[in-house]
Amino acid sequence: MSLEVQTQTAPRRWLFTTDHRSIGIAYLLLSLVAVAVGTVLSIFMRIHIIAPDLKLPFWGVVPPEGYLALVTMHGTLMVFFVLTTGPVNGLASLVLPAQIGARQMALPLLNAIGLWLTALSLAVLLSAFFVPGGAPISGWTNYPPLSALAAAGPGQATGMDLWLVSIGIFCFASILNAINQLTTMISKRCAGMTWMRLPLTVWAWLVTAILILFAFSILLAAVVMLLSDRHLATSFFVPPGEVINGALLAPHANGSPMLWLHLFWFFGHPEVYIAILPAMGLTSSLLANFTRRPVLGYRFMVATTMAIGFFGLLVWGHHMFVSGMNPYAGTAFALTTMAIAVPSSGKVLGWLGQLLLGRNSRVHPLPTPMLFTLGFLSFFIAGGLTGPILAQPVLDAYLHNTYFVVAHFHLVMAMAGVFSLFAAVYYWFPLMTGRLMNETLGKWHFWLSLIGAYATFLPMHLAGLAGQPRHYAQLTGSTSSLGSLLPLQTGITHSALFLATAQLLFLINLAWSARRGRLAGTNPWQATTLEWMPDKAGMRVFRGPYEYRFRTNLVDFVPQCAEEPEQE
Amino acid sequence: MPATFTRTPAEIDRKDTGIGGKPPVDRRPTGGGGGGDDNWDNHPRGRRGPRELLTRYRLGLFFALAGDLMFFIALVSAFFVRQNAGHFDPRDNYVSDWHPLAVPPILWINTAILLLSSLSIEVARQHLFHEVDVMEEWLGLGRPAVRRASPWLIATAILGALFLAGQWIAWQQLSSQGLFFATNQNSHFFYLITATHGIHLILGIIALTIALCALFLLRRVEMRQIVVDCTAWYWHTMGLFWIFLFVLLTCFQ
Repeated sequence: MSLEVQTQTAPRRWLFTTDHRSIGIAYLLLSLVAVAVGTVLSIFMRIHIIAPDLKLPFWGVVPPEGYLALVTMHGTLMVFFVLTTGPVNGLASLVLPAQIGARQMALPLLNAIGLWLTALSLAVLLSAFFVPGGAPISGWTNYPPLSALAAAGPGQATGMDLWLVSIGIFCFASILNAINQLTTMISKRCAGMTWMRLPLTVWAWLVTAILILFAFSILLAAVVMLLSDRHLATSFFVPPGEVINGALLAPHANGSPMLWLHLFWFFGHPEVYIAILPAMGLTSSLLANFTRRPVLGYRFMVATTMAIGFFGLLVWGHHMFVSGMNPYAGTAFALTTMAIAVPSSGKVLGWLGQLLLGRNSRVHPLPTPMLFTLGFLSFFIAGGLTGPILAQPVLDAYLHNTYFVVAHFHLVMAMAGVFSLFAAVYYWFPLMTGRLMNETLGKWHFWLSLIGAYATFLPMHLAGLAGQPRHYAQLTGSTSSLGSLLPLQTGITHSALFLATAQLLFLINLAWSARRGRLAGTNPWQATTLEWMPDKAGMRVFRGPYEYRFRTNLVDFVPQCAEEPEQE
Repeated sequence: MPATFTRTPAEIDRKDTGIGGKPPVDRRPTGGGGGGDDNWDNHPRGRRGPRELLTRYRLGLFFALAGDLMFFIALVSAFFVRQNAGHFDPRDNYVSDWHPLAVPPILWINTAILLLSSLSIEVARQHLFHEVDVMEEWLGLGRPAVRRASPWLIATAILGALFLAGQWIAWQQLSSQGLFFATNQNSHFFYLITATHGIHLILGIIALTIALCALFLLRRVEMRQIVVDCTAWYWHTMGLFWIFLFVLLTCFQ
């Protein structure tokens, strides 16, 4: 902790702190709030889809457009405020400066401003529930013309404006954070911390920050254009001949919704890698720590991280195969999409090799953070395997907008990302509170979550193959063609309830361990990286980040900042 | 931990650049405290070069400008997509709603004014890095660099305001021809691009005002250099962006 924080009085210390750890914790709490709200929304959706006439608490009977509002807000909360805010801003603020031997971010005030803008953005988004018309209904991707015209639906007036303002603020805050992280990584590394001695988490945040600069700036431009379509009577995205409630729109409307699709997915696909790259860096670090072996192929892991970042910028068109895009462009995007599977599988093989080589030296029994890392690996493989299927335009023509896609991205992005976030919280909890989280509760939490997650998302593949589209509020009603899927969806709903209930164990564990958990000491996981070393000025690094059992006749692990044994 | 107000060595260490520390004119290649030279034996242990802060703020600014560049690239690519978005109607006629727009000639004058302002802020920046003056300021013998730089900063702000006024006149001329923001695709882009660039210039003028106040308020020579340096680079980049956008609006209609 920095000196200025200690000298301030308590409330000021929490409100206006520029200490990177406090800001990291605040970010993580923010994403905890968002994930709780997002989970409740998803439970509402799951219940509504099997029992459309049931009265839900706070909501009553959900109308079909209400279901779409739930979908929109669930997606937005989870993608922006959980999977981006948590691993990128939260964890990076928490440990990034410490891992490179600095005691503070390069621009601490900017870090705090980023936090408050993110909090403001979350507040603006959640306020969309309480305005007339309610939350927007056009999905987290908000394709025009649905999102461009206030008359298009109940939530598309004020609710949609609030969504756009919230995401605009979020873009700005994320760009500020990316600037801060890049500057920190370049200018604040301590003596001896060369590029090839950086922990892989730092490499992941480096690539992530560059992706954020690219992607969120583009989204900000798209948001500005959509807002001007809505309020300044332009028509960047509104196509001609649009009829709402029998009334033809103003004659000068001659824009193209495709333009929004391109801009949005140029942001949207890098966003996926923004969410998952920190998880990959963390996985490499944790596997090394708990198998007590150096990372297998450190340079290879750095190269694949950069390759994933690079290809991630070139694949956005695979979200638009069925949008009427030029078929040649579709082929090109299919190729780049399948190319990104190469570095991703390289990483997976590296992790599996690490596990194989470390099977004798690993920690017994496996601690909770390691279990969650293995869970990440499992979901990343299970969800990743359906990626190359969806990458092919022919197969995508059938599977587009079905539950198959929902299953794919919930496994590979949502579950993998959240499990890695859990791993990070269990692993770095001592840095936040000085205590360890309860292992028994943690293991129960892991196994129940793993079973619940697979039971929820694997059957969705079947629903997708059977042709059930996303965003349908109910299966029964005027048409009966999807009625046969009701038993499957009922099972999924029960699994989802089980999965959500299992998360209560995590909340209990957090609350209990923060006060009563076992004291952690200085380096509870016997790690080598600098965040576990005591803060001191003039830190100096002598070696790479993962020297576990590096010299067989010596100690088990050598911290990065340990002097050479000969000199001691 | 008990609240304590004693200065630890760490805090003194952090404040040693500027007054009482090393003069901020050091030109050693290792001054950045990171980056190019990875041989850490060349770096003095326990302290960093005097330009560490300057490098850090410059880096931050350059990353911010890179993000900003992406923002404008998004607008420009949308411009080209819309330009080529014509289609063939059932009778095989090419239909395009893209009506080229003749930019008001006053934009040429505006561009010249913006180039001049870039020149004047560069003069101000050079003054703050003029070695003899900076040494004098650092030793506390008056503030010659501030005295010489501030008129140029004021001139830059005035030229920037003139540019914005010129843009406003250009908008007036267009709207007197019946071309408003909502008129057609082309006017959408003209107004959107000039307006977003104008907002960036307003921010630049605010930054200039802050820099001007900071020149007289900041105690440390190094911080004065940073404020003016970052404002200048921002201003130059906005000038560069304008040239690209102007070429786009004039030649690629």
